[in-house]
Amino acid sequence: MIKDITLGQYFPGDSLIHRADPRVKIILTLVIMTNIFLIDSYLAFAAFAGFIVMAVFIGKIPFGYTLKGLKPIMPIIVFTALINIFTTPGILFAGYGPVRITYEGIDIAAKTSLRFVLLIMSSSIMTLTTTPISLTDGLERLLSPLKHLKVPVHEFSMMMTVALRFIPTLLEETDKIMKAQASRGADFDTGSMFERAKSFIPVLIPLFVSAFRRADDLALAMEARCYRGGEGRTRMKQMKLSKVDYKIALSFLLFEIVLIYVQYFKFHI
Amino acid sequence: MSIKVSNLTYTYMKGTPFEKIALDNINLSIETGEFVGIIGHTGSGKSTLVQHFNGLLKPTSGSVYINGEELAGKKASKLKSQVGIVFQYPEHQLFEETVYKDIAFGLIKRGEETDEIDRKVRKTVSMMGLSEDILSKSPFELSGGQKRRVAMAGILALEPSTLVLDEPAAGLDPAGRDEIFELISSLHKNNKMTVILVSHSMEDVAKFVQRVVVMNKGRIEMCGSVRSVFNKIDELERIGLAAPQITYLMKRLKKKIPELNDNILTVAEAKAELEKYIRKE
Repeated sequence: MIKDITLGQYFPGDSLIHRADPRVKIILTLVIMTNIFLIDSYLAFAAFAGFIVMAVFIGKIPFGYTLKGLKPIMPIIVFTALINIFTTPGILFAGYGPVRITYEGIDIAAKTSLRFVLLIMSSSIMTLTTTPISLTDGLERLLSPLKHLKVPVHEFSMMMTVALRFIPTLLEETDKIMKAQASRGADFDTGSMFERAKSFIPVLIPLFVSAFRRADDLALAMEARCYRGGEGRTRMKQMKLSKVDYKIALSFLLFEIVLIYVQYFKFHI
Repeated sequence: MSIKVSNLTYTYMKGTPFEKIALDNINLSIETGEFVGIIGHTGSGKSTLVQHFNGLLKPTSGSVYINGEELAGKKASKLKSQVGIVFQYPEHQLFEETVYKDIAFGLIKRGEETDEIDRKVRKTVSMMGLSEDILSKSPFELSGGQKRRVAMAGILALEPSTLVLDEPAAGLDPAGRDEIFELISSLHKNNKMTVILVSHSMEDVAKFVQRVVVMNKGRIEMCGSVRSVFNKIDELERIGLAAPQITYLMKRLKKKIPELNDNILTVAEAKAELEKYIRKE
């Protein structure tokens, strides 16, 4: 039933990108995202798309997977595109009465849609090649300077790690409880919206009970192993930049130079 | 009520890199009034198989027949209610404010009359050996063994003709364990229910069931009477299972005392055999 949902959406593999340091991946993804908003020539977009396709190829991820993330936001993309097409003033392309489609409108609509698609794809490359745990680890390290401002970075990342760790467990539990209730007559698929929402009470209550029980057990287990927060805590897996990371950073730098060249100095289409 | 499974294959998460064949071309038939045990290593597909019996999982290919009718389409929901599944740790499914409401849940969902519900709830409660005082209590304030019996009552109240139990005694103390099994075997003997027991405990299987199905890696490895299956100790051990401990003990004793019968599955049998030997001495 519910097991078919892929959450955290990590795609196991051993590619160059999989092996890269999570910090590098997080920073690069952030840079890429800002880039997507800075470029505005079609050639730059084309270069970007080429770069992302290459990354998907290097990461050995099936192409369909990177597009999966697009599905839920497709309505938003279509909606913004339509608004842009019909409401931007400029040189008329086609029109009938008050309905006007302008060249500028088409241009803006195409670019915003492209931005959306590229944004989703680039961030999915990161989440598909990094386990949720190493992502939070990477984030913790990147944000660790904030510790000086008394921000409890370690505690936040521990909370996130625990939460992520328990997503599959709770999903499994939900599946089990749903099956148990279904075998004594519960029905989750028919009825009105209200009825269906109500039919989840027999699932939610046992789920909460078990979540609290698990939280209790986990807290006890952590305390039994002398966990007492981030202070003075060392790590089993030290994050170290390796050859792979330098390779990736260097090739990204090259791409960036090409991008800047295309965007600012040449071929302004 | 009979269950027949033919060419059943089930694949988890088909079409993803996590794809796993859980059941591989299973053929099995369970007759009315039988007490069948299903044993197998963790992940051998026992639970997956059992979940096909009341349509919780739909076969990837193959079919399930209940009383000769295929468990699919319009008739499915009626056929489903014939099979009650008690999952592992069934007490985790309790949710209502009172024990009464929890046991009545399935009956209310089925849309039965109030006095009919009342009759069935009280009947199951006494059948489960619980006192009527607990009906107004919250299920969360009961003891572990009571919770489990209340949860089982929630399924038995629906009056299924076949009962599937997945590790019904897991996590119970020895006394609770005996009680649960006594109950199950009385359901089988007195109420003429077909019972399917999924278990890791070879002792329980040897003691109660008539026929054993041994599963390994999504296939049926062996199937036959308890005695014939537990006689093939080497084969069982090869797939990570074992015979009951008492069988091992008797086999060892036989090495010292050759005239003993070592085809022994339960402690009671062993006791009788040893007494017979001692008397002869």
